[in-house]
Amino acid sequence: MNVIEASGLGKRYGSTWALRECSLAIPAGHVTALVGPNGAGKTTLLNLAAGLATPSAGGITVLGGRAPGSPVALDGIAFVAQDAPLYKNLSGADLLHLTRNLSRRFDQAYAESRLGELGIPLKRKAGRLSGGQQAQLALTLALARRPRLLVLDEPVAMLDPVARHDFMALMLTAALDDGVSVLLSSHVLTELERVADYLVLLSRGQVQMAGEVDDLLACHRVLTGPAAEADRYTERPVVHVRRAEAQAHLLVRAAADDPVPPGWEAHPVGLEELALAYLREPGAAALPGPTLPGPTLSEVAK
Amino acid sequence: MTALRVPARPEQDASPRPLPWRRMAWVTWRQHRIALAGVAALLGGPALYLWLTGLQVHRDWTAAVACHPASSGACGALVGYYIHDWPPAQIISVVLQAAPALIGAFVGAPVLAREMETGTFRYAWTLGFGRWRWTLAKLVSLAVVVAAAAGAFSVLLSWYYQPFLAGNPGFGGDPVPLDATVFDLRGVAFAAWTLAAFAIGALAGMLIRRVVPAIAATLAVYAGLAVAAGVFLREHYMTPLLIRNLNPPGFAWILSQWWTKGGKPVGQSALAQFLQQEAPQLAGDGKGGGIPQSPTVNQYLAQHGYAQWTSYQPGSRFWPFQWIEGGWLLALSVLLIAATVWLVRRRAA
Repeated sequence: MNVIEASGLGKRYGSTWALRECSLAIPAGHVTALVGPNGAGKTTLLNLAAGLATPSAGGITVLGGRAPGSPVALDGIAFVAQDAPLYKNLSGADLLHLTRNLSRRFDQAYAESRLGELGIPLKRKAGRLSGGQQAQLALTLALARRPRLLVLDEPVAMLDPVARHDFMALMLTAALDDGVSVLLSSHVLTELERVADYLVLLSRGQVQMAGEVDDLLACHRVLTGPAAEADRYTERPVVHVRRAEAQAHLLVRAAADDPVPPGWEAHPVGLEELALAYLREPGAAALPGPTLPGPTLSEVAK
Repeated sequence: MTALRVPARPEQDASPRPLPWRRMAWVTWRQHRIALAGVAALLGGPALYLWLTGLQVHRDWTAAVACHPASSGACGALVGYYIHDWPPAQIISVVLQAAPALIGAFVGAPVLAREMETGTFRYAWTLGFGRWRWTLAKLVSLAVVVAAAAGAFSVLLSWYYQPFLAGNPGFGGDPVPLDATVFDLRGVAFAAWTLAAFAIGALAGMLIRRVVPAIAATLAVYAGLAVAAGVFLREHYMTPLLIRNLNPPGFAWILSQWWTKGGKPVGQSALAQFLQQEAPQLAGDGKGGGIPQSPTVNQYLAQHGYAQWTSYQPGSRFWPFQWIEGGWLLALSVLLIAATVWLVRRRAA
C-alpha cells in the first residue's frame, strides 16, 4: 500500500504554482523525510495530503487510494501542522477530551501515561507550556488517535536540540512499535537524516528525488579526479560537478560495481551531499522509487 | 516522470459511519462558553431589571384600569402617576437594539475567524469528525442557543410592554407596536434578528478570517441591514391602508399624510397660500412653509373642498408583520449559514 500517491499534482495560489507536475508514491512502513528549501511546496503537499487543500491539477490519494479528507483518510491520518497549532486556551485534559470526542479511535490511557512520563501537567493550558512541551503534546494527541499515517509539518523547527531529540525519539518509538508510517517535513535535512529511511526531495514545486534512502545512496557515487578531464566524463549521467582547484568532484548516477575511469577515484556519497547536489541542479531528477520505470505501482503495492 | 501510472482516483468503497453529532456538544460548549456567558450577562441584566420593574408596572396598571369611575380626578391622578413613573423602557430599548449586533459580532464572528487566525482549523478539520459537519454542528447549535435566549428575552419584554399597548391609547405617549423602537424587540423579531446577526458574523468570520475585522464587519453589515429594514422595507410588508382623515384609529403606524382637492394632490405651500388669501387669521406665521396643525384649520380646509389623507399600517397588523420579518430573517440566516458551511467545505488552505 502507498500511503501517498500523487500524479501530475499541481496547486496554484493566484498565478503562482506552489506545486507543479508532482508525481510520487510513498510506500507504507517508512519514516519519510520531505525535504526542500523554503518555498519548495512542502507545506502545500502536506496540506493536500491532509485534505486541507484541493489540487488545482492532477490528483492525490492517501492510504491506498482514498481521497484526502474522506472519512477513512481523516480516521487514518493524524496531521500535526506547522508550529503545533493547539487551542492555547484549553488545558491538556481539555485537548484530550476534544480530540477524543472528534476522533473515531482515541487511546486515552496511552495519552495520559505518555504525558505523565513527559512531565506535562494535564491541567495547564496549552499556551502556557514550553515550545517543546507543546510539540510533544501535539504529537501525543496525534499518536493517541492510533493513525496509520502520521504527518508532521516542520515538527522540530521551533525546538531546542534537547526537545528536538526527545520529539524524534517519541516519534520513532511510535513508528517502530505501532507500525505507523510517518511523513515529516523539514528544510534542514540533517534533522531527519538519522530517522528517515525514505526521502522525498522537493524543489521549486516539483519532486526532484524520491526513493528509499539506501537505494538513493546505492545508485550514486562521487568520482574525484583531475579538473581538466571533468568535462570529458560521459560514461554515466553527471548530476553535479564541484571543482576544487585542480580536482573535480563529480556526482554521478552509477552503481557501486560500475567501472571507474583511469585516473579517477570513486567514493560513496552521503545523504546530505546528495540532496545538496540535486538542489543545486534543478534540471536533474532521481526517482528510483515506484514512480520509475520497472514494476508498476500495483505490483509494488503487493 | 510523465507517465501517469499512479491511479490517483479515490476508491468508491463504503465509508465508515460518520461520528455521532452529539460528540460536538461538549466541544462547542467548551470552546464558546465564555461567549455564551457574555450573552447571558448581556440579556440577563436587562431581564432582571425588566422583571423587577415590570411587576410594579403591572400592579400600577391594574390599579389604574380598575379605578372607577374612570373620569374622576382620583383615577386621572392614578393614570398620570402610572404614565410618569413608568415611562416605557426607552433607554433600555435603545440598548437592546444593539444586543443582536453584539451577539452576532462577539459570538458569531469568532467561531471561524479565530480558528483561521490562530491556525487551529488545521487541527480541528483534520480530526475524524470532518470539517463541514464540525462547522454545521457548531453554527446550528450556537444559532439555536442565542436565538432561544433572545426569544425568551423578548417574551419578557412583551410582558413588560403589555400595559403600554393594552388598548388604552388615551394614556398617550406610548410606543406604537409597529414603531421601529419596539417592533424588533418583541414577538419573534428579536430572536430572528439575533439569529441573522449570528449568521452574518459566522459568514464574515469565514470570509475575513481575522477576528477583529470580522467583528467590525458584522457590526457594520448588521446596522446597515437593520436600518434598511426599518426605514425602507418594513412599511411595504403589506399594502398600507388609506383613510380620509389625519387621525387613523389607535396604534396606527402613520406612513404619510397629504391633502387633495378634486382628486389631485395639493402641496403644503399651496395650502399655506390658500390660507393666507382666504383666512389669514388661520394661516399662522407661515414659518416652515406649511400650515398649522390644528383642528380648526383642518375643519376650514375640509369645508373648502380639501380632503385629508393618511396612509398607515394598523396596529392590528403587528403579528402578520412579525411573521413576515421573522420569516425572511430566518430564510436569510439559513442561507448565510449554508453559505458558510459551503465555503468551509470547498476552502483551499
